[in-house]
Amino acid sequence: MNKKLPAILVVVAVVGVLGWLAMGSVGDNLVYYWTPTELHAAGAKAGEATVRLGGLVKPGSVTTEGNATLFLVTDGKDEVKVRTQEIPPQMFRECIGVVVEGTLGDDQVFESKKLLVKHDENYKAPTDSTVKCPDMPMPAKE
Amino acid sequence: MLGQAGQIFVLVALAAAMAGAVTGFAAGSLRSHGLLRWTQTLSRWFAVSMTAAVAVMETALIRHDFSVKYVSEVGSLQTPLYITIVSLWSSLSGSILLWGLILAIFVGAFTEWSRDRHPENTPWSLATMLVICAFFSFLIAGPANPFTPAPSPVPTDGPGPNPLLQNHVLMIVHPPMLYLGYVGMTVPFGMAVGALISGQLGPAWTQALRRALLIPWGFLSVGIVLGGWWAYAVLGWGGYWSWDPVENASFLPWLTATAALHSAMLPSRRDALKGWTVTLVLVTFVLTLLGTFMTRSGVFNSVHSFTQSDIGPIFLAFLGAVLIACVLLLASRIDKLAGEGANPTLISRESSFLVNNLLLVGLCFTVLLGTTFPLIMEAVKGVRLSVGEPYFNQVAMPTGVALLFLMGVGPALPWGEPSLQKVAQALGPPVVASLVALGLGAAILGTSSPWTLATVWAAGFATYVSVAAMVSPVLTRMREKKESVGGAFTQAFLRNQRRYGGYVVHLGIVIIVVAVAISHAWRQDTEVTIPKGETVSFAGYDFRFDMVEKVREPHRTRQQVVVTVKGEGEEFVLRPALNQYEMSMNPIGSPDVHSTAKRDVYLSLLKIGDTNESISLHIYLNPVIAWLWWGMFVVIFGTLLTLFTIRRAPESAAAPVPAPQAAK
Repeated sequence: MNKKLPAILVVVAVVGVLGWLAMGSVGDNLVYYWTPTELHAAGAKAGEATVRLGGLVKPGSVTTEGNATLFLVTDGKDEVKVRTQEIPPQMFRECIGVVVEGTLGDDQVFESKKLLVKHDENYKAPTDSTVKCPDMPMPAKE
Repeated sequence: MLGQAGQIFVLVALAAAMAGAVTGFAAGSLRSHGLLRWTQTLSRWFAVSMTAAVAVMETALIRHDFSVKYVSEVGSLQTPLYITIVSLWSSLSGSILLWGLILAIFVGAFTEWSRDRHPENTPWSLATMLVICAFFSFLIAGPANPFTPAPSPVPTDGPGPNPLLQNHVLMIVHPPMLYLGYVGMTVPFGMAVGALISGQLGPAWTQALRRALLIPWGFLSVGIVLGGWWAYAVLGWGGYWSWDPVENASFLPWLTATAALHSAMLPSRRDALKGWTVTLVLVTFVLTLLGTFMTRSGVFNSVHSFTQSDIGPIFLAFLGAVLIACVLLLASRIDKLAGEGANPTLISRESSFLVNNLLLVGLCFTVLLGTTFPLIMEAVKGVRLSVGEPYFNQVAMPTGVALLFLMGVGPALPWGEPSLQKVAQALGPPVVASLVALGLGAAILGTSSPWTLATVWAAGFATYVSVAAMVSPVLTRMREKKESVGGAFTQAFLRNQRRYGGYVVHLGIVIIVVAVAISHAWRQDTEVTIPKGETVSFAGYDFRFDMVEKVREPHRTRQQVVVTVKGEGEEFVLRPALNQYEMSMNPIGSPDVHSTAKRDVYLSLLKIGDTNESISLHIYLNPVIAWLWWGMFVVIFGTLLTLFTIRRAPESAAAPVPAPQAAK
């Protein structure tokens, strides 16, 4: 019997367990990043998974309903209604870029568990220029 | 004027590094002492002119010389002086200049250290380091040049550094620490390449390599924890680590460097694993380059990715070249370093080192997979996605517990081929100690989180072993040499200072891991809206909103809310704030924390209602977070103990001269 055999067995066991852990859970923990257009295009697939939805807050769409805040996220082509139980931060406002993480419900309202407002001056929300945000003070430069 | 001076210094540095790399390789292959001296001189030229270039940039920043492009991008007349000084690293091209400075310090130090040492390895090593220096000088001289003139007309004022970066004092220390860690890896990399080319990796070079690795490892450890501390104190989401690609980028080389530090202890004892250690050092350096690429190129959208720049492709090309060179070098030379040690048995200290290395590298690989998976998917399938935190936690928790356990088992096990009886003797007491820790943990924390309890159990094991390893030599001396407690401790400490340092580092890591586990499992948080003068209760604390204060500072306006917190027999005031910077559109939240050994009360201000009549807060109760930062100081202390030995005692078993026996 080779004395190296136990060492090789240990190597195989450790690599095997770690590989199994990694492969098993990477697939379960993927969070897709979609625009409203892509979310709708995904159809039924969108109903199951946690996704991140990115876009601009549509002007005039922010309302409250009890503790919840509702608004439309738009990419200029399509829009999705979002409901969040979180308190939106101070800089949350119309026309600002947001990323919401959550799932699309059966009522076609996106239930957000995490609302991120992009405060990077250079951040560009994934939209084309058809969204009209007239009174936006634009950042001076990049 | 300053702009031109800076340009010239950078070009001199570039020329010196390139010429030095050429003479260095020539000195190695021709075994020419004269060429080696030339290489050393050129290396000094590089170090001096790069330092001068940084001094010029600092002068320009302090003088607000907006004719220099970098100053016009990050400078502002309103910014306080200390922030102006540190804005050297608040944007891309400046931070690469800082990189150059640190490179100059490390390579300069190596040049002096190696002046008359190891002529078989030094030319190759120095040449390799100078190739790296030449690349960074090229980046500074070309694509990321901070000295180019500002577009005319010369502005009279600038926007100031990114508000997020000037919001906290930790920003002054976190980036330099991380850079000292990253850049410092150049030296062990060069030394490992030198050993590979010459085929000579003796005990003295190994020990020097280990020391050269330990210095940046210490800085990297501090940089990582400070990064977490900064995120905690500034970003306002109540946490310190989110498996952000950029955080992972600093963690990956730390894992492989830690593995290398441990495997490098073996060659000096058993002459095995030389090739493996060298491989780990090379991988560590490649990972620091990968980390810099991920951090600085903007492939990830994060706090750290500054404005998109065009250095991404250049960096990627360099990374690829280094990787290919490393693989070719290893493939052709590694057999020169084959160890000829005995095969230890499965249950021995050697095996525990082996498993430790496997776990660290395995963890590194899984984190790397999770970090780069989104990039690969976007490149291959065109979909944008991210890998969620649960993936990383699922992998890191079991691996972390296993590593913590090994930290206890490894040092307790004898070297070589111990008998089972010896193993049982060695492991008996720590097993009892770990069970006591488990019992205490279950009594205090409850049994709701099995992973945390497993961590506490393994921590008990590692703590007992580390403390016992430090105490037992003292007891032995007291018994056998009849020394007093103080005398025995002094003698034991002076004789084994490096080993003591190692155990202190282990204790620091134990503290950090336990703090992470407990604070992760037992954090509580909620969001509340409080009208003025009223009180809201959460988790045993009362929060009363008293008023809004407006503070004007030169570079920002600070709106802070006064919240009185009462609970557990204490009363204190917290002032979370929203900071509005002069040149920035959006307010930046600034949380406030009341920290004790037992828990942090952490308030993040979400919004101030119209007419200041109500506020919305995110309240976090984070247990034992403070221990995380304290653990860092313990790690620093241990690292310093290992690096700066008071008495020079050759510890290496392979040292040619037997250790001098102390006259009694």
